[in-house]
Amino acid sequence: MKYVDEFRDRDKARVLIKEIEGLLATIDIAKQRPIAIMEVCGGHTHSIFRYGLEGMLPKEIELVHGPGCPVCVLPMGRVDDCISIAERPEVIFTTFGDAMRVPGSKKSLLTAKAEGADVRMVYSPMDALALALKNPDREVVFFGIGFETTMPSTALTILQAERDEVPNFSVFCNHITIIPTIKAVLDSPDFQIDGFLGPGHVSMVIGTGPYGFIASYYRRPLVVAGFEPLDILQSIWMVLRQVKDGRANIENQYARIVPEAGNEAALAAVSRVYELREFFEWRGLGSIDHSGVKLRDNYAQFDAERKFAIPGVKIADPKSCQCGEVLKGVIKPWQCKVFGSACTPEVPLGALMVSPEGACAAYYQYGGIKHHVGAA
Amino acid sequence: MNVVTTLKPKRRLGRVNVPKVTLAHGGGGKAMKDLIDDVFIEAFANDALAPLEDQARIGLSALAQHGDRLAFTTDSFVVDPLVFPGGDIGTLAVCGTVNDLAVGGAIPLYLSCAVIIEEGVEIDFLRRIARSMAATAVAAGVEIVTGDTKVVQKGACDKLFITTTGIGVIRSGIDLGADKARAGDAILVNGLLGDHGAAILCARGDMALDSTIESDCAPLHDLIAAILKAAPGTRFMRDATRGGIATVLNEVAAASGVAIEIDEAATPIRLEVKAFSEILGLDPLYLANEGKIVVVVPPDESAAALAAMQAHPLGRAAALIGHVKDGEAGRVTMRTVFGGVRIVDMLVGEQLPRIC
Repeated sequence: MKYVDEFRDRDKARVLIKEIEGLLATIDIAKQRPIAIMEVCGGHTHSIFRYGLEGMLPKEIELVHGPGCPVCVLPMGRVDDCISIAERPEVIFTTFGDAMRVPGSKKSLLTAKAEGADVRMVYSPMDALALALKNPDREVVFFGIGFETTMPSTALTILQAERDEVPNFSVFCNHITIIPTIKAVLDSPDFQIDGFLGPGHVSMVIGTGPYGFIASYYRRPLVVAGFEPLDILQSIWMVLRQVKDGRANIENQYARIVPEAGNEAALAAVSRVYELREFFEWRGLGSIDHSGVKLRDNYAQFDAERKFAIPGVKIADPKSCQCGEVLKGVIKPWQCKVFGSACTPEVPLGALMVSPEGACAAYYQYGGIKHHVGAA
Repeated sequence: MNVVTTLKPKRRLGRVNVPKVTLAHGGGGKAMKDLIDDVFIEAFANDALAPLEDQARIGLSALAQHGDRLAFTTDSFVVDPLVFPGGDIGTLAVCGTVNDLAVGGAIPLYLSCAVIIEEGVEIDFLRRIARSMAATAVAAGVEIVTGDTKVVQKGACDKLFITTTGIGVIRSGIDLGADKARAGDAILVNGLLGDHGAAILCARGDMALDSTIESDCAPLHDLIAAILKAAPGTRFMRDATRGGIATVLNEVAAASGVAIEIDEAATPIRLEVKAFSEILGLDPLYLANEGKIVVVVPPDESAAALAAMQAHPLGRAAALIGHVKDGEAGRVTMRTVFGGVRIVDMLVGEQLPRIC
């Protein structure tokens, strides 16, 4: 595949890994402990496992899989709210595929569908809007989920629905923002990360400016990274170079996609449609201030939260779950008490086991549970 | 050689004169007889079916000439959509069962065909499906010798479900099994992987992706005969249907207590299927196939088996994709194009497209 295979070239990978080894040899702290680099985005986690990158990297590098899987961090109470909307007889509930398996306190959307709820998988919010036009006697609800990557497409769909005056379309908004989340990780008392791989597709929307505080205040390097394996290796090399030089800068490895200033049109749609929530509940991380968005009053008619009565009950994470510690990089997935026993991709207890982008599911599927159980 | 006894003289076939199936066609009376005659007997036309007894009767001695064990299998087909690029539920229903027989080393001979029809289905559509079953049966060298028809109320099934059961005879001296893989054995596939799964997902139209990908649905009895002739020591074969080759590899690794490593660069996947999988975040190793088999052969026969596959029209893109290894029992790994190694585990549920 053109423009894809070029970024998966194993000869170039060998050269980069040699470079990384060379750099590590000149970094003193790498001789005492591994250099911990967190990839914030679930897409990176997926690529790392998909291409077996961890096994190719020298042992002086420890990759920590961060909180950037929007499916994983959705709290159970919100899933319950989703299901209560989906189970209304007049509703066609539309969702991205991997959100269907997220467990609520009693069931997932997949189970609700099996029990008769009209839940349909869509590939884009525009598909949901088309469904609304085709089914004027039904209420079509789109499950808006994701960071800034998917936020604009939901916003643009709402603006389209407004223009077309579609009365039976609404969004159950669970969009979240990346910056407060990274800040929560940085402020965590057991924080021990040397540098970050920044989320590529979020940055395509927000640009690289908003990360400035990570370098200036927290003195940690961040490199916005692409999703192909060579992108990730190069970004790791860029982080290490900063560590070696004692620098902390925001750098952009993914310049072929990410403009420094972000995407103006996308940002305009986002600020027109949404406003920040005071706080939003995350699975594993608890409540984080200003980490979620909701629809502005002007778009109340498209807000499923106002259109339908939802239970809105806060459900605590299962006690045995250590998702939060995994998300913050304090423990590795296989060090969690329930990894592979009470919590498997088949019956996920914690959210990180749900999506293939979740660190635990990725370890379970690609990393080999037996191997890690043995190692723990 | 006619091994099936004809019991009654041929009679004139009934005709259906309405456009759609109604519950009357399942009522056991003349309407049902006419439907069976017009749609199924007409298409399947063979001596065994013509008498419409409650069972087909098959001579044992003639069966025994093909080998020394009976192979017996059944499969239900509920595909959505019923017609897709490269085939329809009829071709699938014949190929699926024929292939399940053939991968056991059997010569497929007879099929049954049971259909469950939702009222309201067009008679012409049923005729079309029956004709494609008949044509596929001819291509596969099997006869459809018995069957059943049920009509159910609207909503009780999704238009049309088909169950086929097949009988074949296993060649003497051939004993294939998932538990027979040994370290050093070669893993072969007969061509491009994931076409069927990708074609079906595209044909459903939910993905808003246009593609030229067609299902690989095909009867593999003849290809398999060629493999067994070239490589009589073949250990195991399985068609990589639901769950894709990843599932088959896990099954054989577990049953044989061996490890398997495949090479991503050697694994043949069509560019369109690769691109389709990239866009949706799917893994083609788990996509369904309907005309692809995984073959495990001992090292000294791998070249002959591969050559026999590549010489057959249904194996032109055949490839050696990996080897059986000593190592952790049941572990399947893939050396990635990038040079890393990753686990290829059993799929937990259905593959769901990723959010971003």
